[in-house]
Amino acid sequence: MEKEKLLEIRNLKTSFYTHVGEVKAVGGVSIDLNKGEAIGIVGESGSGKSITMMSLMGLLSENGKIIDGEIIFEGRDLAKLSEEEMQKIRGNEIGMIFQDPMTSLNPVLTIGDQLMEPLIKHKKMSKKEAWDRAVQMLSLVGIPSPESRMKQYPHEFSGGMRQRVMIAMALACEPKLLIADEPTTALDVTIQAQILELMKELKDKINTSIILITHDLGVVADVCDRINVMYGGLVAETGSTRDIFYRPKHPYTWGLLKSIPNPKKDEKERLKPIEGQPPDLLKPPVGCPFADRCEYAMKICMQQRPPLFEVGEGHKAACWLNHPDAPKVEPPVGRGETNE
Amino acid sequence: MSDKKTLIEVKGLKKYFPVKKGLFNKTPSYVKAVDDVSFTINKGETLGLVGESGCGKTTTGRTIIKLYEPTDGQIIYDGVDIAKFNEKQMIPYRRKMQMIFQDPYASLNPRMTVGDIISEPIMIHNLMDKKAAQERVQYLLNRVGLNSEHANRYPHEFSGGQRQRIGIARALAVEPEFIIADEPISALDVSIQAQVVNMLEDLQEDLELTYLFVAHDLSMVKHISTRIGVMYLGKMVELAESNELYSKPLHPYTQALLSAIPIPDPDEAASKKRIVLEGEIPSPIDPPKGCRFAGRCKYATEKCREVTPELKDVGGGHMVACHLYDK
Repeated sequence: MEKEKLLEIRNLKTSFYTHVGEVKAVGGVSIDLNKGEAIGIVGESGSGKSITMMSLMGLLSENGKIIDGEIIFEGRDLAKLSEEEMQKIRGNEIGMIFQDPMTSLNPVLTIGDQLMEPLIKHKKMSKKEAWDRAVQMLSLVGIPSPESRMKQYPHEFSGGMRQRVMIAMALACEPKLLIADEPTTALDVTIQAQILELMKELKDKINTSIILITHDLGVVADVCDRINVMYGGLVAETGSTRDIFYRPKHPYTWGLLKSIPNPKKDEKERLKPIEGQPPDLLKPPVGCPFADRCEYAMKICMQQRPPLFEVGEGHKAACWLNHPDAPKVEPPVGRGETNE
Repeated sequence: MSDKKTLIEVKGLKKYFPVKKGLFNKTPSYVKAVDDVSFTINKGETLGLVGESGCGKTTTGRTIIKLYEPTDGQIIYDGVDIAKFNEKQMIPYRRKMQMIFQDPYASLNPRMTVGDIISEPIMIHNLMDKKAAQERVQYLLNRVGLNSEHANRYPHEFSGGQRQRIGIARALAVEPEFIIADEPISALDVSIQAQVVNMLEDLQEDLELTYLFVAHDLSMVKHISTRIGVMYLGKMVELAESNELYSKPLHPYTQALLSAIPIPDPDEAASKKRIVLEGEIPSPIDPPKGCRFAGRCKYATEKCREVTPELKDVGGGHMVACHLYDK
């Protein structure tokens, strides 16, 4: 089945220049996204997951810079566009939702004004058209009595409602791509469930592609078709959601899956944390960034960065254990399934 | 079970916060953050407290150790009601009860060295001289998996997980019996969370600690807790052993809450039925009459809107406050 590609990130490298030196936050990341697909980017703080997305949207802070690589979105390389050209894409073709709905809404503008702004700016709608569309968006995301809500200010909304407004705003221009950076982390589980259901529904209804950035494996298991696991500024493993959960091939993915409790299990099992700390990206290790914390680390892992080995159809893992000459290791998690 | 000794018994605990409205409003209304909550904590167990933001779980914890003055009710610690104690009477109890905070960045003084942070409670309670305190700091640092030389460093030199370890060492400094951990791992990365949880479990076993574990991450709470209490809008709606609660949730709110947990397993996530709650939590300023969950509950009857259900034992220590289980 041939799928149409919407986004292709090729070997992206992003660095930050700080007073202590160059921080190589993203060290060569490639990610694909097809039309109508939801992918997850999973990783802990400092793994480069948010910086990859900020590079994509041209929202890096002053001291950050894309060093190398391409970000092909619908045939254009976003990395080479000017700020002016990016403004036409952001909020129009690419919508964004951030973690904290309180700080990402303007407190002195009404919800209506904020919803209408991108419509008037990007879609050249009249005020009346924009108003109608905004009301329609608010009811789409499940906000009761949208007409009167339009005239209210962000502080009059609860956390979950604000996040719905953010989603309405991000989707108002019918973007081809929705980037959601930890969209439910600040919310309660019941509200989180509502927002995730909403995102899945919108994906099917408007055929928007979604990139979901999160550290919560439960969330990606529910929403995403494919998952990229990031570690130390690199993609450690990429594959379908079932690949990652049932036949993972990278020790970091194993570690992640082992360190979360399974609420379905009755007997108490001790958690198995990944010992140690993530690498310092001021001086990234020469070899595999995970080698330091990896119980399977071999000599080569310290000396040479592992390439992304193809371990199945569309399933790749950057770990030397997948080299044909490597010793065979029994994965401690998953279902022990092999790739068909 | 009867062989368990009770460490803390909370009876009819209430904590109201006044809300002042307008300039001349003499009779303020109240936020009923905790409204008539009763439960016990046994020696050596971990009681988990879950619920959504605003349900009063943090306020309950803070009122028990009297960071807030309770509005009404009893807090019986080891047979003594401390609810009405003044600051001076509280001093010996302050030593027995310690707290671990949520934000490892905000709860450590940036101008103090780690050694000073950990030894401060020892000095305040006059437990040891300076030299002995220093030795204790070294011991505690090793105990929580840090190095002795970390004592001379400042908090900003540590990562989130390490700071949380420092916070735990500080709580342990005065050899407490009871520790309230308020969302101790929610600010940490997944791989680090497991490290801290394992350490809390080890410390509990070695030092015979009793925990009150307040959190919103339901899978982690289930993992660490012996029993779990579920709160909704200032009320305890259900309390049971953790496996019992997860396998047989009785209260409609607990059922909805548990069904909302994202399951880290794609097949199960796809097959799972979610109970999506309509609406939002009502305001605690003027909470609804009767059962506070009635407005969002699909089983609600006329009785639920009129009469507040009591928390009752429905068998085997499984307590629930819901009219569905009235006999």
